[in-house]
Amino acid sequence: MITALASVSAQRLVHLSPVDLAIIIFCFALVLAIGFYLKQRANTSEDYFMAGREMTAWIAGLSFLSANLGSLELMGWAGASYQYGILAAHWYWVGAIPAMLFLGIVMMPFYYISKTHSVPGYLKLRFGESSRALSAISFAMMTVLMSGINMYSMALVMKVVLGWDINFSILISSITVAIYVTLGGLRSAIFNEVLQFILIWAGSLLIPVLGLVEAGGWSNLKARIATNASAEYTHLWSTLGSFRDNPMGIHWTGIVFGLGMVISFGYWTTDFLVVQRVLSAKDLRAAKMAPIIGAAFKMFVPFIVILPGLLAIAVLPVKLTGEGTAIATGGHSYNEVLPLMLARYCGPGLLGLGITALMAGFMSGMAGNVSAFSTVWTYDIYGALLNKKADDAQYVRMGRWSTLGGVFISIVTAYFVMHFLSIMDYVQALFSFFIAPLYGTVILGMLWKGATPAGGFWGLLAGTASSIGMWAWVKLSPGAIAYVALSSHASDMAQNMYRALWSWIVCVAVTVVVSVFTKARPEIELEGLVYGATRIPSEKQIPLIHRPSFWAVVVTVVFLALNYYFW
Amino acid sequence: MHSGESISIWFFIGISLLVNGLLILSAGLYEWGHPPQNPVVLFHLHASIWWGGFLFLVGTLYCFHFAPWKQRS
Repeated sequence: MITALASVSAQRLVHLSPVDLAIIIFCFALVLAIGFYLKQRANTSEDYFMAGREMTAWIAGLSFLSANLGSLELMGWAGASYQYGILAAHWYWVGAIPAMLFLGIVMMPFYYISKTHSVPGYLKLRFGESSRALSAISFAMMTVLMSGINMYSMALVMKVVLGWDINFSILISSITVAIYVTLGGLRSAIFNEVLQFILIWAGSLLIPVLGLVEAGGWSNLKARIATNASAEYTHLWSTLGSFRDNPMGIHWTGIVFGLGMVISFGYWTTDFLVVQRVLSAKDLRAAKMAPIIGAAFKMFVPFIVILPGLLAIAVLPVKLTGEGTAIATGGHSYNEVLPLMLARYCGPGLLGLGITALMAGFMSGMAGNVSAFSTVWTYDIYGALLNKKADDAQYVRMGRWSTLGGVFISIVTAYFVMHFLSIMDYVQALFSFFIAPLYGTVILGMLWKGATPAGGFWGLLAGTASSIGMWAWVKLSPGAIAYVALSSHASDMAQNMYRALWSWIVCVAVTVVVSVFTKARPEIELEGLVYGATRIPSEKQIPLIHRPSFWAVVVTVVFLALNYYFW
Repeated sequence: MHSGESISIWFFIGISLLVNGLLILSAGLYEWGHPPQNPVVLFHLHASIWWGGFLFLVGTLYCFHFAPWKQRS
């Protein structure tokens, strides 16, 4: 996507009117005002890094989801749905909902009862300092690098869509995020994420509504897609029996086991970027409800992301193409679906709100990255390795400086990527190396008392090394994809699914084997950290309507119904 | 969240919806009186008017319901 956008001409897709600009400027002013207002409530480390642990389930849940809803996520998946059809919805349903519910019902009690400040902090409590150091350093490094890449990508989007100068976009957006997160800490990030979540919906909802009106409803839309592309584009599962039967070149085992059971569980349950939002909840029930509320809304995000891509197949008069063809012919690429649909239906005012939604997505994603980086840096690197005697005031001071530092590194990364575009593929691959093995380590640590500190560390290291090894193998010898992804027809996306699955299996296998031959910690030391050694408060005295498990069942039923309907 | 004397996040959201709704509604009404030469698809549905009006209404309700002076009383 980035290579294509970088090569595209300076011709803009939409033109903003004064009222559109007023809406955008008002959005920036409001998020800054919130940051200044909340500065007075960020005086202690618990305030600054954990938002005082007083967020309601709704706020923690919406923030949990919003931190993931970046502008690239919105535009990238809208483009993917134009290219691959409704298969892209797997990343929102089977690739998210089970993991989010699992986090809420099974894992959250251990994160919350242990009172950890971060996921690496949990690894310290469960497996010791070496596991924490490994995951903290890799997480901190990857988070700011990814933040920089997202920043550059967003600036490119603004250049293509609005014709804005890249330097201007990078500086304005990063300075805004730096100010409100540095001043108000996690509370400010969360407040703005909830606000931005509402703006994303308010700015995006009209596209599918008006698109369905134009297409003549869902049945007519399917018929037009069958004519313009293929009937397979509107089927979620029925084409996944073979790698060759669907446009994504993926098999159902890759979706279910690679995406559904490893990548999504790794991301939603161990990536501190999202988990931090839930740790800010005011009590255990709110902490369990937050991911369930997030899952309920996540199920409907395809309405504003996937459906516009499908509608574009049916109603756009131009045919969108891949990156190379778009550059060669001066046409539009898949990734321009959302701005094109925005320009199709939205006049002055609505267009400004739609652009604000894209910017809000970027800012919420970046705020999530820098606040998570700041917390892991301060607690798990500065406090654990550099200054073990730091007091509370020093933690807050370091939190503010590391937030600024995180933004600065992001900006440097953005300019670095600008000059070396190919580096982006490598950094994105690096990020994926750590997610799947980390999930293996955390889940074994939570559910198996026999997992030992040595097992946890060596499992994490072996899983990460195997993922890097498989990636390098395919890079050096492309034919290896037939072994890694089980088919020479597998796409890059399919390869990612299988690499994650194998590295998770390696992590789990090594952890188990090493644990069998090393000494486990006494059960008394595992209280609050491991299933079977932790007393989890019962929900029996809570009315059914207020129980997290009840709402998890409701979300599960809707999730299954959606998959059945679009089978 | 509205513990202590802090302003509720829902109040900020109310302000955002109210102002954005008002701007979009105004732009929609202006376009109704002065139709553009190159209208957007489905212009005759006047989405700016009903969507802007809806956001304005919801924003107003949130501003009143979560107003700081009501939270303190």
